[in-house]
Amino acid sequence: MTDPLDGRGDPRDGDDAVRGAAPPATDPPRPTAPARLGPSPALAVSFLLPAAVLLGALVMYPIAYSVVRSLYDAGGDGFVGLENYTAIFTDPDTLVTIRNNVIWVVVAPIVVTVIGLIFAVLTERIRWGTAFKLVVFMPMAVSLLASGVIFRLVYEQDPDRGVANAVITTVADVFRSNTGYPGARPRENDLAPATVADGAVVLRQPTQPGQSVLFPLVGLNRESLPADETPAAGAPARPGEITGTVWLDFTPGSPGAVNTIDSAEKGLGGVSVEAVAGGKVAGTAVTEPNGTFAITGLAPGSYTVRLPAANFEAPFNGLTWLGPTLITPAIIGAYIWVWAGFAMVLIAAGLAAIPRDALEAARIDGATEWQVFRKITVPLLSPVLLVVFVTMIINVLKVFDLVFIIAPGSVQPDANVIALEMWRVSFGGGGNQGLGSALAIFLLVLVLPFMFFNVRRFRREQ
Amino acid sequence: MKILKTAAVLSGLCLAVAACGGAAQEPAGGPAASGSAPAAKSLEGVTVEVAAKWTGEEQANFEQVLKAFTEKTGAKVTYASTGEDTGAYLGPRIQGNNPPDIAILPQPGLVQQYADAKALKPLTAEVQKQIDANYTPYWKNLGSANGQVYGVLVKAAHKSTVWYRVPAFEEAGVQPPATWDDLIGKTAPALSDSGTAPFALCGASGWTLTDLFENVYLSSAGPENYDKLAKHEIPWTDPSVTTALEKITQIFGKQEFMLGGSSGALQTDFPTCVTQVYGQKKAAMVIEADFVAASAVQSGAKVGEDAKIFPFPKVGAIDPVVLGGDIAVALKDSKGGMALLEYLASAEGGSVWAKLPGYLSPNRNVSPDNYPSELTRQLAQTIIQAGESVRYDMSDLAPSAFGGTDGKGEWKLLQDLLRSPADIKGIQAKLEAEAAKAYK
Repeated sequence: MTDPLDGRGDPRDGDDAVRGAAPPATDPPRPTAPARLGPSPALAVSFLLPAAVLLGALVMYPIAYSVVRSLYDAGGDGFVGLENYTAIFTDPDTLVTIRNNVIWVVVAPIVVTVIGLIFAVLTERIRWGTAFKLVVFMPMAVSLLASGVIFRLVYEQDPDRGVANAVITTVADVFRSNTGYPGARPRENDLAPATVADGAVVLRQPTQPGQSVLFPLVGLNRESLPADETPAAGAPARPGEITGTVWLDFTPGSPGAVNTIDSAEKGLGGVSVEAVAGGKVAGTAVTEPNGTFAITGLAPGSYTVRLPAANFEAPFNGLTWLGPTLITPAIIGAYIWVWAGFAMVLIAAGLAAIPRDALEAARIDGATEWQVFRKITVPLLSPVLLVVFVTMIINVLKVFDLVFIIAPGSVQPDANVIALEMWRVSFGGGGNQGLGSALAIFLLVLVLPFMFFNVRRFRREQ
Repeated sequence: MKILKTAAVLSGLCLAVAACGGAAQEPAGGPAASGSAPAAKSLEGVTVEVAAKWTGEEQANFEQVLKAFTEKTGAKVTYASTGEDTGAYLGPRIQGNNPPDIAILPQPGLVQQYADAKALKPLTAEVQKQIDANYTPYWKNLGSANGQVYGVLVKAAHKSTVWYRVPAFEEAGVQPPATWDDLIGKTAPALSDSGTAPFALCGASGWTLTDLFENVYLSSAGPENYDKLAKHEIPWTDPSVTTALEKITQIFGKQEFMLGGSSGALQTDFPTCVTQVYGQKKAAMVIEADFVAASAVQSGAKVGEDAKIFPFPKVGAIDPVVLGGDIAVALKDSKGGMALLEYLASAEGGSVWAKLPGYLSPNRNVSPDNYPSELTRQLAQTIIQAGESVRYDMSDLAPSAFGGTDGKGEWKLLQDLLRSPADIKGIQAKLEAEAAKAYK
């Protein structure tokens, strides 16, 4: 389970080795009193020595040295006592990493175990179970680094590039039509006849029926206009009506004459226009393809003419997966994709070992499938579930590569976890291996209870 | 710190020219003009080893220069590539008392570090004479440590450039601006009106934001303040920093000036922003160094036709020229090594190198006419014009915990400014706090 990317000699790798090497250490040769049955102590020591030397050199010494190193400053010369440890709990950036690790430990192992359980139970019943298991297990064959690269692309904001947002926007587009002109806006200066208020484009001057008005808009990419764009036309004034033109006041190659309709400029069709008096909409119209409109049936008086905000609503562009708020859930999603298959395989193995007669008996007694699952399958599976759960906790505490790769530089402080912070302060430009060692020891302390739990379980099972 | 890879233009022709140039000098028996270089053929039988990080085409070009040196002096030069991490290559060789004669370091910080470790040899009077003749005192200081001159900047990366997409400018009917106020007040709004986002910012790559800040600061606050801030002799809460950050927020504060607004910019890393301009054609400008050329070519643009540059516009009194670059130092006190350094620092050596693609010389006596492409000529011109006020990339001069770490120090805080451009005072206070920690 030690993934290759974590082989940087930090103490966590040592923990795996401790677990692997635990059985020989717990079986010391017992020199029984009168007649010795086992080998001589000298022989026993000579057999133990290679393992002891390796353990000492590769595990115990690095841990001990990290503890010592964590008591010194960045240069390694000045003894600072517990200052590095106080720094961990006072520095706001490091506290964020601890918070993120808590989120990871609370969410990821449970979700991975639950999804693994669901997959395992479901695949047991279907004919193509093995093929399905193979597919779910496939991400385990991909290195975490490659998975990170894949998910960095999956979570891209641009729906043309990121598949997550492509799916979301496609679904969203089914439920809402978009015929407006997102991004269109009046020019930003005092001469422009219209201005933006609450997302709507509003004429500065009040208008009376019989007047013709202009809504010159800019900021639209001409390529995003509909293909049947028509040259803009002026709207003649007509008594009793408010007429006008909404058009793209922009001539390619030169700014053109501002606020007047030039020959090369295109009308914006399908824009809804409202005449408002006293806070109430008195009349509406929709522009023709050439941009002209006429609001009819207005009583004499003064109106505010506006293009409501709905005309300019930006299309739903998906979620900002890689932004500061969603980044940790997004990375946890990638993590689940990788590890759900692993959990499924372990749980499926446990499932195969459940005595069938218990299930049969329950069914004969009239239990529903849900009751069988909840009252028989899950309790019988609980040892396996626990192993998966605890293994995932240990695994999640040292998560590094996915965070490092998926989070863009600007949100890495928000997505940071302890293992990544440890690397960053020690080697990633921080150059403070004292603080790095302190973080490593802190992580070791966090992992230890779960290690002991797992070791004890293994021993009991033997 | 990024590798300079300007597009290879007419490289075959240039190689031929350089080779001819080198061969032609031999019978002449030495240079006629541009400062004294080592005497001819005086180093027959001497071997020099030089280590640098360059590989591929950059290495081939550098070896052309070494060949010209060999033909001139008779010394045999071998090249060793250090790979990306120069320190990791040199460290063991210095420890083992077997360093190369010459090493070319990618960061000025390494000069100080190796000088403190007593691994460097002071440059001889001849080399220093070349430096005095061809470089401003600023560069001499940059290559110095503890009062001794150890290094000379031999290759530069030009960081005061703005790349633009010519069709986008034509569509909007605008010209490259000469001043920051024109850029913000005329060019950018016109582009925005035309429906093209003016800037593609690479906000996810913090170093692009520090480059932007350095240009604005150098131009608005002047070289003296720039030097002081680089050494942290004035605090980051200084009013001159406030001015520079206010200028930057003229971009950061306007969502329609940045492709995808600030949240889009914060998710865009370095080569992606170049793709947004030249590949996806969604934005008009990207503010980064000459090495953008490589990414622009990859996105399908033709450098010099639809991908062009204009010098970073003047924010205050001076045209900013910020360089990055590689510094050559001597690790052994050998005659051949010093002769090579003298050659590399001379206008003669610089001119041989300048004829090859992908090279920009910080040497003010290397004539821009030597360069094979119009673009490089233009860049070299700005270096010569800026004269005394050319400066080295400030974030590369700072301790790396402050100026060179993703998600920390200056990188992070400028990203925070991009996220919340109204909070200039708060950002400055945090910058000062981080700098105080890193510079102690």
